[in-house]
Amino acid sequence: MSDSAVTRTTSAARAATIVAFVVLVAAAAAPWWAGRADMRLMSELYLYLSLACLWNLMAGYAGLVSVGQQAFVGFGGYMLFALTIFGGLHPIAAIVLAGLLAACLSVPIASLIFRLKGAYFAIGTWVVAEVFRLSFAQISALGGGSGSSLPVSVVKSLAASRSGRESLTYWLALGAAIAVILSVYLFLRSRKGLALTAIRDSELAASGLGIDIWRAKLEVYVVTSALTAIIGGLIFLQKLRISPDAAFSVNDWTAFVIFIVVIGGIGTLEGPIIGTLIFFALRETLADFGTIYLMILGLVAIVIMLTTPKGVWGLIRDRLDLELFPLAYRVQLDETRK
Amino acid sequence: MIEWVSAVTQGVLLGGLYALFAAGLSLIFGVMRLVNIAHGDLIVFAAYLGLSTTMTFGINPFLALFVVVPVMAGLGYILQRGLLNRTLGEDILPPLLVTFGLSVILQNALLEGYTADPRKLSAGTIETASLSVGGLSVGVLPLLTFAIAVAVIAGLQWVFYSTSAGRGFRAVSDNQEIAQIMGLNKAHVFGLAMALALAVTAIAGILLGVRTSFDPSIGGGRLIFGFEAVIIGGLGSLWGTLAGGIILGVAQTIGGKIDPGWQLLSGHIAFLAVLAIRPNGLFPRVDH
Repeated sequence: MSDSAVTRTTSAARAATIVAFVVLVAAAAAPWWAGRADMRLMSELYLYLSLACLWNLMAGYAGLVSVGQQAFVGFGGYMLFALTIFGGLHPIAAIVLAGLLAACLSVPIASLIFRLKGAYFAIGTWVVAEVFRLSFAQISALGGGSGSSLPVSVVKSLAASRSGRESLTYWLALGAAIAVILSVYLFLRSRKGLALTAIRDSELAASGLGIDIWRAKLEVYVVTSALTAIIGGLIFLQKLRISPDAAFSVNDWTAFVIFIVVIGGIGTLEGPIIGTLIFFALRETLADFGTIYLMILGLVAIVIMLTTPKGVWGLIRDRLDLELFPLAYRVQLDETRK
Repeated sequence: MIEWVSAVTQGVLLGGLYALFAAGLSLIFGVMRLVNIAHGDLIVFAAYLGLSTTMTFGINPFLALFVVVPVMAGLGYILQRGLLNRTLGEDILPPLLVTFGLSVILQNALLEGYTADPRKLSAGTIETASLSVGGLSVGVLPLLTFAIAVAVIAGLQWVFYSTSAGRGFRAVSDNQEIAQIMGLNKAHVFGLAMALALAVTAIAGILLGVRTSFDPSIGGGRLIFGFEAVIIGGLGSLWGTLAGGIILGVAQTIGGKIDPGWQLLSGHIAFLAVLAIRPNGLFPRVDH
C-alpha cells in the first residue's frame, strides 16, 4: 500500500498563482490608473522580461549562450517597418509575420553556427548580428545607416487617437510577456522540456538516454529566434523609429538581458522575473550616473557569477525551498493515510 | 589591374594586424580553453594606455611599447590569478559571463576616463612614408605592422616549443591534472599565459592606434576580427591565425574596393563561407 503521492504543485505555487492573477488584473487596467510615462516604463519592462525569459531558455536550459540575440530583435523591428511601409500590412500582422520569417531564417543560421562550440558559438552569434546590422545599413529604402521613422499613416492604422494607440501598444507588450512566460513554462513542463532539463543537467547523460541533443537545441533556437523577433517588432512599435545601430545594439538587447538573467538566476523561470525587477529598480535609481551605472551593473554580474552562480532566486530557493512555477516533481508523504 | 593588386597587398598587410588581434585569443584558448569576451576591449585599453604614455613622456608610440607591454603583461597575470582562474571549470557560463561583465566595465571606464571622442596615436613621418615597388606603392607603416606580426608569431611559436614556460603551457593544455601531478602550478601557468597574451595585445593595441583612430566602443569589433581570424586559420594553430588574418584582411579590402559599404560585410561573409565549407578552419592543429 503506497502512503505517498507524487505531485508537481506546491502551496507556494498556488499562492503565487493567486498573486500573479491579482498583479495581472492590475497591470491590464493600467491605462485607467497609470500616467503616460509610467505606461511606457512598464511596457519596456514587459518587453525586457520577455527577452530575458527567451535568452534564459536558450542559455539556461539548452546551453546555447548567445551574445547575438540583437540580430533577431533588430530583424523583427526592421520587418515591422518593411512590411508595413512596402507591404501595406497592418502592424500587428507584420509583427507576427516577422516572427515566422525569423524562424525560417534561423534554420540556415543554426546549421552554420552550431558548428562552433561553447564560447565560440557565442561569438559566432555576434558575427551573425553584425552581418544583419551591416546588411540593413545597406538598404537605402529603409534609410540606410541613419534609419527611418514609421510613417504617420501606419501609426494611425493602429488606433485613431493617441491614448488609444498607447493603450494598445501597452496591452500588446503585456500580452507578449504573458504569452512568452506561459509558453516557456508549458514547454518546460512538456516531454520536450523534460529532455531540455536533462540536457541542462548533463549533456552526456541526456544523450545516453536517447535524447537527440542537436535537434532539441535547434528547436529551442528556432522558437526563441521567432519570439525574439516578435518582441523586437513590439519594441520598435513603441519607439516608432529605427536605425541599424539602435536595432542591432549589443548593449541594449544582449548585455542588459544577460545581466537580468544572471542577477535573477539563470536556469530558472523565476530568475528573469526577479532580475527584471532588480534591473529596472537599479536603472531608475542609478541611471543618472550614466557610465558609472553600467560599470556597477557589470561588477554586480561578475560578483554574482563568482559567489552565487544561481542568482538571487537561487539564494531564495535554497533557503526556503520555494518554487513558484511548479516544474519539479515532489514526493508527498501522506501521514493521514497510515 | 594594378588597383586590384594594390588592394590585395593592403589586405595582406592588414591581415598582420588581425593576426595580432587573434594571437592572444588563440593562445589563451589553447592553454586554458578560455574565450575572453573582453579581448577586444583590452586591445583598445592598450591603445589608450599608449596614448597616455606618449602624452605624459612626449615620446613616440613605438617607444611607448616599452611601457605598455610590461604593464599589460602584469595586468594579465593579476587578472588571471585574481579573477579568471576562479571561473575555469566544466561549466562554460562563468568565464563567458565574467569576461562579458569585464568588457562592459572596461568600455565604460574608458568612456569615463577618455570620453567618446575618437583619438589617434601619432607616430610622425613614418605614417605617410611609402615604398614604390614596380608601380605598386606600399605604405611603410602597414609593412612594419606586418613584419611585427610575423615576428610576434614566430616568437610565440618559439616560446611554445623551445622554452620551459612553453612546455608548461603545452602540458596544462594536454592534461591539467597530470601537469599538476608533475609539479606544475596550474594557476601560475595560466597566469603566465594570460600575461603573454596581453603582452601581444599591447603590441596590437599600439599598432591599431597608430593605424586608425579609436574610441572606447570599438572593442567588440576587434574581438570579432580576431575571432574570425582564429576560426578561419583553424583552432590551435599559431601560423594558421596569420593565414586567417590575411584571408580576412584581403576579403575586407577587396569588398571595400567594390563598394565601401561592403568592406566589413565581405570579411564576415568570408568567415561564414569558411565555416560552411571547412568548419575546422583551413589549417587545424593535428592532434597526435
